[in-house]
Amino acid sequence: MAKTENGPDTFIWLVSSLAACARTALNPLHRAKPYLRSRTWSHLSWIGSDSLPIISIIASCVGVILALQAALQLEKVGALSYVANLVGFSIVTELGPLLTCLILSGRAGAAFAAEIATMRISEEIDALEVMGINPVRFLVWPKFVAMVVMAPLLTLWCDGVGMTAGGIFSSLALGLSGKVYFEQTVNFLTMRDLLSGLVKSAGFGAAITLISCWQGFLAREGAADVGRRTTKAVVQSIFFMILLDLFFTALNYIFR
Amino acid sequence: MSGRLESPDIELRDVSVGYGDRVVLRGINTTLPGGRISVILGGSGCGKSTLLRNIIGLVPIQNGRIALGGRDMARLNPAERLQLRRRMGVLFQDGALLGSLRLGENIALPLREHTELTDSLIEEVVRMKLRLVGLADFMNYFPSELSGGMRKRAGLARAMALDPAVLLCDEPTSGLDPITAADMDQLILELKATFNMTIVVVTHDLESLTAIADHVVVLNQGNMLFEGPLAALGACDDPFIVRFLKRQPSRESRILEENGLRMTGRRCESLPVHGDA
Repeated sequence: MAKTENGPDTFIWLVSSLAACARTALNPLHRAKPYLRSRTWSHLSWIGSDSLPIISIIASCVGVILALQAALQLEKVGALSYVANLVGFSIVTELGPLLTCLILSGRAGAAFAAEIATMRISEEIDALEVMGINPVRFLVWPKFVAMVVMAPLLTLWCDGVGMTAGGIFSSLALGLSGKVYFEQTVNFLTMRDLLSGLVKSAGFGAAITLISCWQGFLAREGAADVGRRTTKAVVQSIFFMILLDLFFTALNYIFR
Repeated sequence: MSGRLESPDIELRDVSVGYGDRVVLRGINTTLPGGRISVILGGSGCGKSTLLRNIIGLVPIQNGRIALGGRDMARLNPAERLQLRRRMGVLFQDGALLGSLRLGENIALPLREHTELTDSLIEEVVRMKLRLVGLADFMNYFPSELSGGMRKRAGLARAMALDPAVLLCDEPTSGLDPITAADMDQLILELKATFNMTIVVVTHDLESLTAIADHVVVLNQGNMLFEGPLAALGACDDPFIVRFLKRQPSRESRILEENGLRMTGRRCESLPVHGDA
C-alpha cells in the first residue's frame, strides 16, 4: 500500500510531535525562528494579562466564602483564629490551581479548540502542511509553552488574592486581627504545599492545551463541528483535570 | 533530493483512492506534462479535488504510484518530502489564508520558515509577489477584509512565494464573477509564460478549460474518461463528455437569450437578428 500521507490525527501523533518540539527547543544549539517566539509571547500575554480580572474576582469571592464557611464551624469550638489555616491551605493546595485552570479551560482551551477547528475546516492546516510548516510546532507549541508557564503564575496570583480577600473579610467581619491572620497563614503553610499547587496547575495547563488542540484537529464537518469540538474540549479538559488532581493529591499523600 | 526541479512531469500510475468501503478514484493512469497547464475536469464529487490532494500528499492513495519528476513520492524520506513540498505551490479553493495574519505576513510565512532572508528582504519579496497578483496595496489587510477573488489571488501569491516548480490550483475560478474569473485565468497563463511551471488546475468551469488548458484529464465517478490535449477533447465521443461539454444552457444563458444576448467565452454579445447579413 503506497502512502503519501504525513501523519494521522491521533492523540499519540500530537503528543509525539509536541515531544519533538520540546526536544528541539531544549537543544542548546537551536535558535527558535523569531516569528515563533513572537507567537509564544502573544499567547503568554493573551492568556496571562487578559485572565487576571476574572481570576481576581473569582478568587476574592472564594476567599470570602471559605472564610465564612470555616468561621461557621470553627466558632462552635472556639477556634476562630484557625480560619486563616483553613482558607490558606484550601486555596493553595486545591482551589487555587483548580479554579485558575477551570477559568483557563473555559477561556483559553475553548479558544484553542475553536481556532484550530476553524483552521482545519477552512483548509488552513492543510496549507501549513503544504508549505512545509509543522502545524503542531506552529499552532500547538506556542500555546503549550504559554499555558505551562502562565497557569502556575496565575495560580500564584489566585492564591494571593484569595487569601488576602479571606483575611480582609476575617478582620472586618469576624474581628480577627490582620496580623494574626497573616502569621497563622505563614506559619501553617509550607513550601511543599505551595509547590504542589503550582506543579498541579502546570499539569492542568498542559492537559488543557493537549485536549483542546487535539479536539480542534479532529474537526471535519463544517461550523457545527467547531461548536461540538469546542464543547468536547472544555468538558474533557475539566474531566481530565479532576483525574489529574486526584493523581497529584494521591501522590502527595503517598510521599508525605 | 538535490538541485532544482525544472517544471517536472507528474506521473500517476494505477492510482486508486477510497475512504473505507467507498472508492473515490479507480486506476488513474496519466502523465501531467511538465511546463504545461493540465486541467482536471469533472462534475462535483467525481474525485478531482481528491486527486489533487493525492498529488500534494495530503490524502494517501490506496494503490498505485505518484511520481514527481520521476521520483516516487511514497518512497521519499521526510527530509526529501519537505524539500519536495518547498517546490510545490498550492492554491486552495478559498485561498486558505491564515485568518490571524495580515496578507503580508501570510505570504512571508513560507519565506520565514524555509529561508534565512532578512526581514527587509522578505518584505521586498512579499511586495513583489503581491504586485504579481495585483494586490500590492493590500499588504496590511487581514484576509477577512478582502473579497473572495482577492483572497484567491493572495493565495496564489503565497503559493508563488518560494518560486515553485509545480503549481496546483483547486477550483481557482469557482465562486468568482465572469470578469474576475477571466482575470484569474489570465494570471495563471501569465505565470506559466513567465516561470515555465508545471501547472495543474482542478475545475468544472468550461470557460476556464478553453482559456488555459494544454492537457486535459476528464473524471467521472472516480474513473478517468479522457486524457490528452485540449484539441482532442472535442472529438471524444464518450457520452458523459459529450453531455458535459454540450450541457443544457444554464439559467443565466436562458435569461440572456430571452433578452437577445448570449455569452461567447466570457464576453456577452447581442444575438444575430433574423435577416442579418
